[in-house]
Amino acid sequence: MSTTITMPQLGESVTEGTVAQWLKSVGDSVEKYEAFVEVSTDKVNAEVPSPATGVLRQILVKEGETVPTGTPIAIIEDVAAAGAPAPSAPEPARTTPPARPAPPAAPVLTTNGAARSAGAQTTTPSGAVISSASVHASPAVRKLAREHSVVIAAIRGTGQNGRVTAEDILAHVRQRGFTPVPEGLGAMPYVSEAFHAPTQVAGAGAPAAPAAPAAHGAAAMYANPQFGQTIPLTSVRKIIAERMVESKRTAPHAWSMVEVDVTNVWKWRAREKDAFLQQTGYPLTLLPFMLSAVVEAIRQNPLLNAKWTAEGIHVNAEISLGVAIGLETNLVVPVIRNADRLSIKGLAIAAGELIEKARRNRLSVDDLQGGTFTVNNVGANGSVASAPIINGGQAGIVTMETVVKRPVVTKDDAIAIRSMMNVCLSLDHRVIDGLIASRFLNAVKAQLEAMGPAGTL
Amino acid sequence: MAVSVSETTSTVMNNVEAVRATLHDALKSDPRVLIMGEDVGPRGNVFLITKGFLDEFGPQRILDTPLAEASIIGIAVGMAMEGLRPIAEIQFADFIYPAFNQIVGEAAKTRYRSHGDFTCPLVIRTPYGGGVRGSLSHSVSIEALFYHVPGLKIVAPSTPADMKGLLNAAIDDPDPVIYLEHKKTYRLIKGEVPGGHYVVPIGKAAVRKEGHQLTVVSYGLNVHQALEAANQLDAEESLKIEVIDLRSIRPMDKQTILESVRKTRKLLIVHEDNKFGGVGAEISAMVAEEALFDLDAPIARLCGPDVPAMGYALPLEEAFMISTERMKQRMREMVKF
Repeated sequence: MSTTITMPQLGESVTEGTVAQWLKSVGDSVEKYEAFVEVSTDKVNAEVPSPATGVLRQILVKEGETVPTGTPIAIIEDVAAAGAPAPSAPEPARTTPPARPAPPAAPVLTTNGAARSAGAQTTTPSGAVISSASVHASPAVRKLAREHSVVIAAIRGTGQNGRVTAEDILAHVRQRGFTPVPEGLGAMPYVSEAFHAPTQVAGAGAPAAPAAPAAHGAAAMYANPQFGQTIPLTSVRKIIAERMVESKRTAPHAWSMVEVDVTNVWKWRAREKDAFLQQTGYPLTLLPFMLSAVVEAIRQNPLLNAKWTAEGIHVNAEISLGVAIGLETNLVVPVIRNADRLSIKGLAIAAGELIEKARRNRLSVDDLQGGTFTVNNVGANGSVASAPIINGGQAGIVTMETVVKRPVVTKDDAIAIRSMMNVCLSLDHRVIDGLIASRFLNAVKAQLEAMGPAGTL
Repeated sequence: MAVSVSETTSTVMNNVEAVRATLHDALKSDPRVLIMGEDVGPRGNVFLITKGFLDEFGPQRILDTPLAEASIIGIAVGMAMEGLRPIAEIQFADFIYPAFNQIVGEAAKTRYRSHGDFTCPLVIRTPYGGGVRGSLSHSVSIEALFYHVPGLKIVAPSTPADMKGLLNAAIDDPDPVIYLEHKKTYRLIKGEVPGGHYVVPIGKAAVRKEGHQLTVVSYGLNVHQALEAANQLDAEESLKIEVIDLRSIRPMDKQTILESVRKTRKLLIVHEDNKFGGVGAEISAMVAEEALFDLDAPIARLCGPDVPAMGYALPLEEAFMISTERMKQRMREMVKF
């Protein structure tokens, strides 16, 4: 019996994919879940894990060719039948999807075509490939991960069966060159650090990942631009450009801003942050408080969760918040699904996981889709006001600007030094008018200002 | 066989020579010291450790006893309580069982029972361990049987220098000490022995080789094999394995073990004695209690099998003893884990 592998659908609106590189040749044996082909789409590069154990009998699509999703790209013969002579080759049917396409296992993604995840799986002496998911983290690994704010799942294990070892954690910490300390003002302390360039470029240049050298060269050039140079466009850069233009062209952007007094929530955060890091392994930043406030403000103003369509304004059922993460060479917006079901603590962990995954180029397709509204923490980079471009298909995007101490006139006409943060909103004026926008912004403000050290995370 | 007399320069000796020289020095320097046991007189001990002592020190201090281990220890306990420093020999550890009551019921409890009015400065020397075709009655490891008993100290030196230093410490100690000599190391292991009187403190382990990828804790013969295995793995595969010679089985040097495990995050315990309820079980439990969150791999034990005795047939003996190759294999697995 053989299994036909089809081009997976790597995103909501993705209709085709390109075979970037075959990781196996015809005749090679393939273990279930073992990556055997690298596929690139307009948003992501992905390694496709095999849905079955067997022998790669046929390659139906050559490297560099682009085919619609669902098109058969390879045939894997099952183990039991693998010893039998090869069946006569069926004609490559590019346009006819098979009657029952094999469901592909979740692909392992890289967001900018960087290094393959070869380390995530290890070949045992007997040749079997075992997923690292089956191995538990040792007490030492958990302790070190907690101490250094490392997400174990985001690390490639070098131990037996791909186990993440204590040394792997320490090597990871050495490589990134710092330990995130929840002291910084930025809600996403990892993101703006310069280490992204070495991580990604070094990963891209690793011997195991020779794919698409031109794109990697472009990423490297982008990370280290020279005057007078023309940097070739990476596919990711093209996508970003297209989407930005598309959003600006179709959605008439309007803009508004409120000032928020975050003195109390800042104190609360300061009181909880050490215990939080100890307990969860993630730094407690201002981001989850903001996300929580945005969720509540959306609940009160459902139109912020809406989408302009030709049929009408569709108010999304789920509140799923995109969190914009600027990397050195590109931008990703992973999504916290059903953010309204999470506590501040849950939001902090969810955001921490996504940030760590983004940093390690380990975001999955699921992580990147389904957003209904976006929060952008530009304050991490020192901005005090910004006019962001709306993520296509959403009604708005809100920013958190840098927290600054300012003399403020209080309600009883005294002058006090308060920690102030601007919150900016770009909105799709087709969907929302100024009144709703102001209500929304003031709801965010009211939520954040009501939070204080007496609260529960 | 030369007998050293308080030289100040060091001498290369094997383990038998080191024990013999130290006993000789003790008899010479301390009139309270006496040796008693089966065949320690004219026969000069089955390994010739006390050869010539009877002529030199006389029958008051070199006492040949009947084949009656309970009596040997019982009499020695009385001597020790009254101020002598008896060194009682059990010819082979396999014969110690009749003396169990005297050791556990009397010697170990003397200080406690008398509220400190009496102590029992008794040394019980005995050759133990296999690998010499000793079969059922000349191969046993007894440390775990006494390990459980508060009031007893147990040492198992592996090198000539430690044979001397720990024997001196045992003689000096005010309480009973069981002094275990692995008989296979007797003439196999040679090393420098410093001259003059010195002690190796009871309760202090020695790091024989430093490393950061795995801690191996052992004692007796197995230490030498573990060291050989670790050195080979270092030379051949660049594996950095730390080898700790326990030296004292009780009291246990928790500090040295924990410091090492906190560094390497992995622990392998090797001993020839049966695994179940053995010394490794206590070390393992101690590390689990004190350093669980520093462990990056399950604690492992490489020990003798749970069979009643070591067989005489060579394959049976080899199956019981832990080969250096098996140690290498286990160490490699642990580092790679």
